[in-house]
Parts: sequence; C-alpha cells; structure tokens
Amino acid sequence: MDTALLFDNAVVLLPELVLAVGVMVLMMVDIGRRGQNGSQLLAGLSVAILLLGIGASVMIWGRAPVEYLDGAISDGFALSVRLVILIAGVLGVLLSRNWFPAIERQGGAFYSLHLLAVIGMMLMGTATNLIVLFIALEIFSLALYILSGFYRENARSIEAAMKYFLLGAFASTFFVYGCALLYGAGGSSKFTQIHETLATGGGNPSLVLPGIALLLVGFGFKVSLVPFHMWTPDVYQGAPTPVTAFMSVGTKAAAFAGFFRLMMTALPSFHDQWAMPLAILAVLTMTVGNLTALRQSSVKRMLAYSGIAHAGNILIALVAGTAAASSAAAFYLFAYAFMNIGAFTVTIALERQYGNENDVEQSRLAGAAERFPVLAAAMAIFMLSLSGIPPLAGFFGKFLVFKAAVEAGWAWLVVIGVLNSAVSAYYYLRIVVAMYFQQPEQAGDEKEQPFVPASRSSVFVVVVSVLAVVVIGLQPGLWADLLRGLGQ
Amino acid sequence: MSWSLLFFLLVGAVSLAAALGVVTSRQPVHSALFLLTNFATLAVLYITLDAQFLAAAQVIVYAGGIVILILFVIMLIGGDTNDFSAAQRAWSRTVGMALGIILLLVISYSALSRMMAPSEDTAALLQGGTPEAVGIELFTKYILPFELVALLLLVALIGALVLGRQQEGASEGIPSVKANE
Amino acid sequence: MASDYLPLLILILLAAGFGVIAIGLPTLLGPRERNNQKLEPYESGIIPFSDARRRFPVKYYLVAMLFLIFDIEVIFLYPWAAVLRDLRLFALVAMIPFFIVLVVGFLYEWKKGALDWD
Repeated sequence: MDTALLFDNAVVLLPELVLAVGVMVLMMVDIGRRGQNGSQLLAGLSVAILLLGIGASVMIWGRAPVEYLDGAISDGFALSVRLVILIAGVLGVLLSRNWFPAIERQGGAFYSLHLLAVIGMMLMGTATNLIVLFIALEIFSLALYILSGFYRENARSIEAAMKYFLLGAFASTFFVYGCALLYGAGGSSKFTQIHETLATGGGNPSLVLPGIALLLVGFGFKVSLVPFHMWTPDVYQGAPTPVTAFMSVGTKAAAFAGFFRLMMTALPSFHDQWAMPLAILAVLTMTVGNLTALRQSSVKRMLAYSGIAHAGNILIALVAGTAAASSAAAFYLFAYAFMNIGAFTVTIALERQYGNENDVEQSRLAGAAERFPVLAAAMAIFMLSLSGIPPLAGFFGKFLVFKAAVEAGWAWLVVIGVLNSAVSAYYYLRIVVAMYFQQPEQAGDEKEQPFVPASRSSVFVVVVSVLAVVVIGLQPGLWADLLRGLGQ
Repeated sequence: MSWSLLFFLLVGAVSLAAALGVVTSRQPVHSALFLLTNFATLAVLYITLDAQFLAAAQVIVYAGGIVILILFVIMLIGGDTNDFSAAQRAWSRTVGMALGIILLLVISYSALSRMMAPSEDTAALLQGGTPEAVGIELFTKYILPFELVALLLLVALIGALVLGRQQEGASEGIPSVKANE
Repeated sequence: MASDYLPLLILILLAAGFGVIAIGLPTLLGPRERNNQKLEPYESGIIPFSDARRRFPVKYYLVAMLFLIFDIEVIFLYPWAAVLRDLRLFALVAMIPFFIVLVVGFLYEWKKGALDWD
C-alpha cells in the first residue's frame, strides 16, 4: 500500500481535521488550567476553532468533488450542510458560555464534546459509506446524550439524557441492522457501489426494503419524524437550553444530510417504492407536530413540536428526490438554523428574567413587549419566519421545498404542507399576540423584579440571527445559488 | 446429517436458550449471567464460521468487558430493587412480541430467498476471519472508519468522565444568575 | 481446520473435569453437618453484618467504563500487529492519528483525576 494514499485528497476532510486537532488542543489547555480559571478562555478557543473550521470549508468551496479513502466526499451538498452545522456550533458555544454553573469546572469536557458533536454531524453530510455514516451518527449522538444531561443539578436534565440515551441507543441498533441488510443487498458498504450492483440486476433486492425500513427508524428517530418523535419534547425541554438550541438544528441538518445522500445515491432506483411511505410519514409528521404544538403551554415544548413539523416539511424534499429538492432542503436547513437558534436564544434571555428556570411558560409572555421591547421584537421576527411569512428566511425555505416537490409531481403533498403551515401560523402568532397585546396577569409582581440584562454573547447571537433571517429573506437568490444540492 | 451441522444445532440451541433466559429472568444478575453464556456460544459460532478474530473480540470485549460493566451497573442500582418485571405492561409486551415476530419473518424471508438462489462463491467469503485477513481489510478498505473510531472512543471517554464524576460540593439547582459581563 | 481447535477442546475437558472432581469428591466423601456456624460465609471469620448485595459506589462503574474503552482500543491493535509486516509504512502511518487521539484521551483522564480512587 502506498502511504501517499492517506494524504491524497485529504483536503476533503479539512474542516473535520481542523476541528479534531482543535479538540486535542482544547483538552490540553483544559489539563493545564487550575481550578475554575480559564473557562472563558476555553469558550473563546472553541469559537476560534469553529471559525477556523468555517474558514476551511470556505477554502475548499467550489472545488471539483473528490472522494477520500472511499468514505467521504466534498461536494456542494456536503459543504452546504457543513456550513449550517458549523454556524449552529458557533452559536451554541456562544450561548453555553455563561449558562451553566458546572461549566466553570467542566468547561473542557463540555466544549470538547460540543466540538466532537459538530465533527460527527459534519461527517454525516460527507459520508459515502455505510460504516462511516454509522460511526458519524454514533459520534454526534453519544456526545449529545451527555451534553443534554450536563445540567446535573436539574432532575429534568438527567431525565432528558436518560430518555434520549435509551431510546437513541435503541434507534441506533435499528440503524445498524438496516446498514447490515443494505450491505447484504448491495454487496458493498459504498453508496455508489450499492446503486450500481442493484441497478444492474445484481445483489439481493429482496433485502432492500427491510433494510430501508430499519434505517428509516434510525433516521426517523434522529430527525424526529412522527411515530419516532416521542422523545423530542421531553429532551428539548429537559436539556440545557443552549444545548437544545444547538442540537435542534445540528441533529436535523446532519441526519437529513445523511438520509438524503443515502437514499439519493445508493437507492435512487427504488425511489418508486420508498417515496410513498416517506410521503405518508411527512403528512403524519407535519400534522401531528402542528396539532400538538397548538396545545403546548411551555415555550420549549412548543418549539420542540414545531421542530417536528419542520422535519415533516424537509421530508417533503426527500420524497421529491430531485437535485433541486436537495438544494432546497439545504436552504431550508440554513434558514432554520438562524430562526430556530434565535428563538431559543430569546427563550434563554427570558428564562433569566423569569427566575432562572430551564424553561418559560407561554402564559408569562403576556405583556413582554412592554418590559423587553428588543427581545419581544426579535422573538416576533423569529416566530414570523418559523411560520413562513414572507419576506423572511423561513418563507423561502418552505417555498423552495414546495416548488421542488410540485415540479417532481407531488402536488397533493404540497397542498397538505401549505394547510399545515396555516395551522402552524396560529401557535407562532399566538406568542406574538401574547407579547404585544395581552396584559400580564399579576402585573404587580412582575414589575418588581429587577431587569436582568442578557449576556453579551446571547445579545450577539440574537442580533446575528435577526440579521440573517432578514438578509436571507431579502436576498434569497444569493443564498440559494450558494447552497448546493446533491449532484449539482 | 453432518457432524458440523449437529454441532451448530447444539450450540445454536444453547445460544437461543441463553437469550431467552436473558429476557425472562426476574433477577437482573441472572440475566447478566445468561448474557455471558449467550456471548460465549456466539463466539463458538463465529469460530465455526471461520471468523477467529471476531470470536476473540467477542470474548475479550463482550464477555470480558461488557458483562462486567452490566454487573457493575446492577450493583450500582442496588440489590433490593432488582425485580423489574412488574414495570412491564401487558399490552406493550404483546405488541412488542408481535412486531418482533413480523420482523423475524420479513428478514428470514429475505435471507432465505437469497439462500435458495445459487450462491456465488461462499468459499472465498470464508477465508477472511483471521486477524491478518481482518487487518488487511481494516487497514486498506476501511481505514477511514478506523480513524473515526478513535474519535468515537474519545467521546465515550470524556462522557464517562462527565457522568462518573462525584458531585463536587456545590449542588444549588440554579443556572448562572450572574450577569456580570 | 477443525483439528486446530483440538488443544482447545482438551483444555475445556480438563477444566470441566477439574470442576467436576473438585466439587464432586467432597460431596461424595466429605462429612456433612448442617448448623448455623457451618452455613456462614466464613466459618471462622468475622460475623457478617449486612447484606452482601448493597449498592456499589459509582467509582467502580467509572473504572469499568474506562477499562472497556481501552479494551476496544486494544482490539484494534491485534489485527494491526498482524499486518504491520505486510503493509509496512502504511500501517504505521495509519496508526499515528488513532494513537494520538487516544493518548490525548488517556492523558486527559489521568490529569483530570479519573484514575485516582479518592
């Protein structure tokens, strides 16, 4: 074997390499620090590493896609998803900085796990091989199980970690079983090889459908599609809010990226068979997600069900299964990153105002616009964007996905999607209405509480997210050209 | 009936019985010991399939490591609350069993339909079980997954440190209230 | 091929035979007496003061967990050692990143005090 093989095209994984080296440096710095000193240094270092990762992605942007060691590829889709995940990672670190009591002591472990989760998520988007895909899934899942239980003083956080871990481990076994069956069907772990074998009549096609079914359980769990969504509200609510913000975006982007690449490069010849079940799942996911979100009283749970509904929207793009649909999904995820993390950041700021619990009840939002005009305005923008009201970023995400689906002949699915958007507008706008047009119930108590200024980094995150949501909304063409789909 | 088939049936029966023992025992410790038996018989089955390296890994990692870990966890939870059978609901058991049987049927149908078809070259497939053969595959075809496993192990290591740490004094259930930036 | 495992079979038979003899002979030949003192775990030792099945501290779990991680790591060294002669420099270079990551992990757990008992 030629040693040069290890270095040829290694640039494909440059962002991952930068982050991996960064994690090593971070751990060494953490060993060197004494007691509680230097946790701010660790946060700064993590942000710097992630920014370097973004720089590395930009550096290899636009190169001709090549494959590295038969397991990773750097095409436009992989880079687009990477960008989404890295941005979510940066914002997540900024939010975590001052949130935890434990982060002073355990900062090194927290940020290392955070960065490792980002690496795993990015690998999901680049993997072209079942084994790489599975290991990437495990890297980020394992890191997230621990991160969601990091707030150990809070029983709900531990419950969330426990629930997420047990169900997640179960979903992973389904996933790996599905990988094994696909390997049996195609005789290879490489996506393109599986496709070639099956398309030329070789292999064992009878194993394909059971394999897809099992893989669907694994992916469905990660992106919280409806029959596999039960964990989502509990984990989103219990996990520390900065972690929730990061994982709600990162997990969705990563798992959908892997799902898209697997279905569209390994199994496109079976599209007729898997499209309809996925379409039914998309309908179920959107409808159940939106209808349940209507009845939530906690902001975090409402955002969790809204996340489920958004997963249903993105699934429509996969059902369509065209190159345009995958680039629409990349755009959707890009927009979703900013509006969702923005909404969670405002939630974090409000948690501080209302006595530092790990959640905010919707009833407490009444009259918030009067007390916190800036936060309320930002929240209103995020809610409008999430519900898909033009000209904000969320609208164009939905628009592109629906357009691609109509072009692929899934008009009925789009009709259901649009109806669902109308339902979702109700609970998003309810928050806006509560903040601007309702009076707080016990005005006396609320007024007496001193105003707790939000931390500088969360103000920064809110500002960046608002700007992004507005700019993406005003210039959608620019970003839609930048973010690529599969095979573009 | 050939001797090797008889041997397979015997070991397979023990393996299956042990697996049933894992899920039906009322005492978690008994389940763990059944699991150990199951792992050992699986190792024997791997050897009959000429997967020597896998058999060794099965004994070293699963029988040697994971069962020990499971026993520690049972000890950690405590001896008194060891009967979890009451926690299962009747309907979930029935539904689970039905779904499991459907899965078994679908997969055995798919696998058997493959077996009925003439196989290409099973003899060649059976060459690859020694540490050398596994090593060649691992370090040529699967070198990228191999490197990534290091990162996965790193996550597990940091995770074990975080979860296993003792509560250090402060346990006030309040996130940072300081707005001291 | 099957004859390769003949020593293993002999070993298993020897081990089983030893167990049968060690348990069987005393049962057959030894005198039996049942009273309270005979039924204690240690006949002439300290009187047991609590149930043996009490809860273990989480520290044991941490050690077992760390053991398992290094166990899995070592599993990858066997095939590596077996092919190092054939693949030469390639295998050596391929092992370097794997090893660096795990050495950093090991240093981290050491310096963070995970290996200290108290």
